[in-house]
Amino acid sequence: MILAKVLGTVVSTRKDPGLTGLKLLLAREVDAAYKPAGNQVVAVDAVGAGEGELVLIAAGSSARLTEVTKDRPVDHVICGIVDLVETEGRETYAKRAGLPA
Amino acid sequence: MLFARVVGTVVCTEKVPSWRGQRLLLLETTDPAGNAAGGRPFAAIDLVSAAPGQRVFVVRGREAAVALANPENPADAAIVGIVDHVTERPPGAVD
Amino acid sequence: MFLARVTGEVVATIKHPHLAARKLLLVSPEPTPGRPALPPVIAVDTVDAGVGDRVLVADEGNAAAQVLGQPRGPVRTVVVGVVDHVDGPPASGADRAGRGGDERP
Repeated sequence: MILAKVLGTVVSTRKDPGLTGLKLLLAREVDAAYKPAGNQVVAVDAVGAGEGELVLIAAGSSARLTEVTKDRPVDHVICGIVDLVETEGRETYAKRAGLPA
Repeated sequence: MLFARVVGTVVCTEKVPSWRGQRLLLLETTDPAGNAAGGRPFAAIDLVSAAPGQRVFVVRGREAAVALANPENPADAAIVGIVDHVTERPPGAVD
Repeated sequence: MFLARVTGEVVATIKHPHLAARKLLLVSPEPTPGRPALPPVIAVDTVDAGVGDRVLVADEGNAAAQVLGQPRGPVRTVVVGVVDHVDGPPASGADRAGRGGDERP
């Protein structure tokens, strides 16, 4: 799963019926310093994520294996909101701080 | 399956229900010798109790989801082994 | 499936039960002319291939389950054949390097 920062919400009125009712978020993959640096993707939210949060995004056919996205035409799903990342024994990201430690 | 090194642990309180109880680790991809291959870090479900610093190998894609008790889960990367050692002959050296 | 060269072996004592007692090979995909080389990957051996062999590798979960004779598990990359020769297209970049030995005399 990639780590990505949620940048915003995508609103679409005319869309495939299979996407009806899904929350679409725009997110961008982060680098090792948790700064947006990689590809930008639109992902379906399965966990109630919001702008500014660091999230885990699964891609490919796995993205359809959540209760929210089952049998939907979806290729990226947000499946976790990151609270904490610990690398080399110390917190390098903490959600409560909002920013990398 | 791809080579990687465990660089950290990821904690998510809010996650899809099918991942409850699963351990998530942060990884960097490496070459077969264990040198960082560049690219951004990624997260994977830990199926073998790997620890930070260890060299591991990872299955990507849908197959990552299959090993969990509930195979209907969105994992697209899972750690399936801990590397003891790799013997490698570069392609050019193969006769 | 793709063509690859076996370039090494991977030893892992701790691994998922689906991989228990399986030989793991390091396989380097043959480069497509004009495209960047792909990095080597780990594949489960099912045909007793060895270092130096040119092999056929499948990279799909159902195929892996079938050739391993197991239910679907966290495995998708398996060596499913040792290549005798490839007819038709010119040799790949790897073979032009002069280490082929797979073309017919």
